[in-house]
Amino acid sequence: MAEKDVRLMKGNEVIAHAAVHCGCDGYFGYPITPQSEVMETLMELRPWESTGMVVLQAESEIASINMVYGGAATGKKIMTSSSSPGVSLMSEGLSYIAACELPCLVVNCQRGGPGLGTIQPSQGDYMQACKGGGHGDYHLIVLAPSSVQEMYDFVGLSFDIAFKHRNPVMLLADGAIGQMMEKVVFSEQKPRLTDEEVAEQQKAWAATGKGQRGKSNVVTSLYLNPEELEGLNNRLQEKYNRIKAEEARWEEFMCDDAEYVLVAFGSSARICSAVVEQAREEGIKLGLMRPITLWPFPEKPLADMAARGVKGFMSVEMNAGQMVEDVRLAVEGKAAVEHYGRTGGVIFTPDEVLEALKNNLIK
Amino acid sequence: MKETMIIAGFGGQGVLSMGKILAYSAIMQDFEVTWMPSYGPEMRGGTANVTVIVSDKKISSPIANQYDTVIVLNQQSMDKFESKVRPGGVLIYDTNGIVTPPTRTDIEIYTIDATEESARMGQAKMFNTMILGGYLKIKPIVKLENVMAGLKKSLPERAWKFLPQNEAAILHGAEIIKRRQLSTTVFPPPMWLGLVE
Amino acid sequence: MAEVEIREENKVHARPRLITDTVMHYCPGCSHGTVHNLIAEVIDEMGLEDKAVGISPVGCAVFAYNYIDVDWVEAAHGRACAVATAVKRLHPNNMVFTYQGDGDLTAIGAGETIHAAARGENIVTIFINNSIYGMTGGQMSPTTLLGMRTATTPAGRDAALNGFPYKIMDMLTHLDGATYLTRQSVHTPAAVRKCKKAISKAFENAMAGNGYSMVEVVASCNSGWKLSPVEANRWMEENVMPNYVMGDVKCSTLPK
Repeated sequence: MAEKDVRLMKGNEVIAHAAVHCGCDGYFGYPITPQSEVMETLMELRPWESTGMVVLQAESEIASINMVYGGAATGKKIMTSSSSPGVSLMSEGLSYIAACELPCLVVNCQRGGPGLGTIQPSQGDYMQACKGGGHGDYHLIVLAPSSVQEMYDFVGLSFDIAFKHRNPVMLLADGAIGQMMEKVVFSEQKPRLTDEEVAEQQKAWAATGKGQRGKSNVVTSLYLNPEELEGLNNRLQEKYNRIKAEEARWEEFMCDDAEYVLVAFGSSARICSAVVEQAREEGIKLGLMRPITLWPFPEKPLADMAARGVKGFMSVEMNAGQMVEDVRLAVEGKAAVEHYGRTGGVIFTPDEVLEALKNNLIK
Repeated sequence: MKETMIIAGFGGQGVLSMGKILAYSAIMQDFEVTWMPSYGPEMRGGTANVTVIVSDKKISSPIANQYDTVIVLNQQSMDKFESKVRPGGVLIYDTNGIVTPPTRTDIEIYTIDATEESARMGQAKMFNTMILGGYLKIKPIVKLENVMAGLKKSLPERAWKFLPQNEAAILHGAEIIKRRQLSTTVFPPPMWLGLVE
Repeated sequence: MAEVEIREENKVHARPRLITDTVMHYCPGCSHGTVHNLIAEVIDEMGLEDKAVGISPVGCAVFAYNYIDVDWVEAAHGRACAVATAVKRLHPNNMVFTYQGDGDLTAIGAGETIHAAARGENIVTIFINNSIYGMTGGQMSPTTLLGMRTATTPAGRDAALNGFPYKIMDMLTHLDGATYLTRQSVHTPAAVRKCKKAISKAFENAMAGNGYSMVEVVASCNSGWKLSPVEANRWMEENVMPNYVMGDVKCSTLPK
């Protein structure tokens, strides 16, 4: 190659490129800082002229998520992206999508809350993403990218998982990863499925128009008969158990001989890997466990570490203490579990985290 | 090799794009790089800064405790970032608009009158590339050919006609950057202000 | 009741082919069943059975998907036009329509409706306007007339207390993207025939890619209004219909 095909891009920008490359059929969104570059990039790329992907700026996040619902109900690969307050508005729609078992992708490039809060990065939506947000017993599958390359790679991965389980997937990023530029390597362009392929593959449920199918498909989440609705819930819970068994993903960094372990996701995990390096220089046996899926939460590696004698865990999050509850549940009282966090859009430095570790855990 | 630096100034001074050129230049030389901007309303008229980390290894944290190099382009940024230079590190600033110069003695301090020079040359827009040229003189982490390739990559095609001017500005920046003499730091601010003006 | 054999020449109406066997839950005298029949007939006659996708609302017609045998997506309350927008944009050859009541469409879903119309989405909205929330037990809706008694306006709708009613179709006439807007009713055989023609025209308009269409059906809700079906129709003629211009409100093409 005469000129190397290296790209330097923002996390938000690569989301748009990844959507086109993985054969996404439709994006419906509404501008909100710090994720507006996703739709801006798509509008620059004009994928409706290349792959035939539909891109539409909706009138609100409420409309966006309901467009996602409509598009996903036709069996196509549909996505949206937003940031915290916008995702709150989408919560009702996400409950419907989960209830109807529709695959789709929602990117949340989190900002500080509560309320209008700030446009600076935060991880304050962990609970909302992993424990509900909307009404009823449902789960999103939640992935947390920690680099620009993962922002790119996880878009296609999310769609694969979403279609495998017929479940909405959320990519839980934050303003820091969305606005940061790093090197990124693109994958090859995957072709979009044709309407006929979609109608054939999803003929059991998708509302594509009856076509040659002969029977009508209805996408609904209304079950007025309590036993029927309980049946749906039982089916969903079985699926969630299957997802828990199959989809938990994580990464360990210097955990093998660790006496203490930091647990962190997304951009916090990047900062914590520097903390581990600093601590090791000081002779502290510190490791990092990075959950890649936040739901299902990777409980097993933490339980195993607690069982083999790790003295303490510190959950490091840009929030007031959310994931730490899952860490405690995984550790089951076998070791100390502390939390360190900053809120309001403040990003902690490695020094700060190391200091907190020494004060809170290594006494 | 690992260089952790921050460029801080007003929005509109080309702070973010200067960081972008450096980041692009670094990937032309096969380095790993992170470019982490401040973003939002502060970009428009307020202060803006960007942290750029260049390394020959995978970069862990895009957030730094301290910086190997700090480039300061206004007083607010001086107040905020002078203390963030690691001992033995480098602080570069444009004297224009700095009323309270840095006082630290455990770091190397350089000045570059890029505002004045670029204005004198009638090329005020070359201000940021001139600063970059000065920086690269002190920290030659990337070769000039890679800087030019990075510059080309970071500019839209319609702006490629300005590449020769940018190259000239980079070279000129390398000439005009100068080590600040320690003695100047003992002047109280008002007097110092009188001297530069 | 014994089966009565009807001779072909005496037959004036049969169950449309696309109406399912499911027993409708609508109250006797309700307009919904009639409009369902018309939609089923028009889809069949236009040969759109394979291409039709209906978006059902939250409200009395929530179960429309049980009665008309085409593909359906059940939308969240008020969001039918957003759902329809995506279905149509992803499947431009499909005939996509929403079926909504006045609570779903003019209250909680006003935003989605207006923006779908403004964008000129090639979809059809069948708007059943019976001036009341039927499903939840007869509360005031935005189209409830002044003075009308409902569960939440027990002394009659009072402008000072409850605000004024509004006519969304009249608002939509100002939008370039809305090209066919018509107001109909189904309270007499003649009105039913006219309404069917209007639905047919709206579906043609959508399939021609000529922007947004709405067929508003001024309807009665005898249960909610606490009247017999006959009295309800009379009350509608005397009180509701004078408030509305009936017939085509707008017939145009999308601006170039």
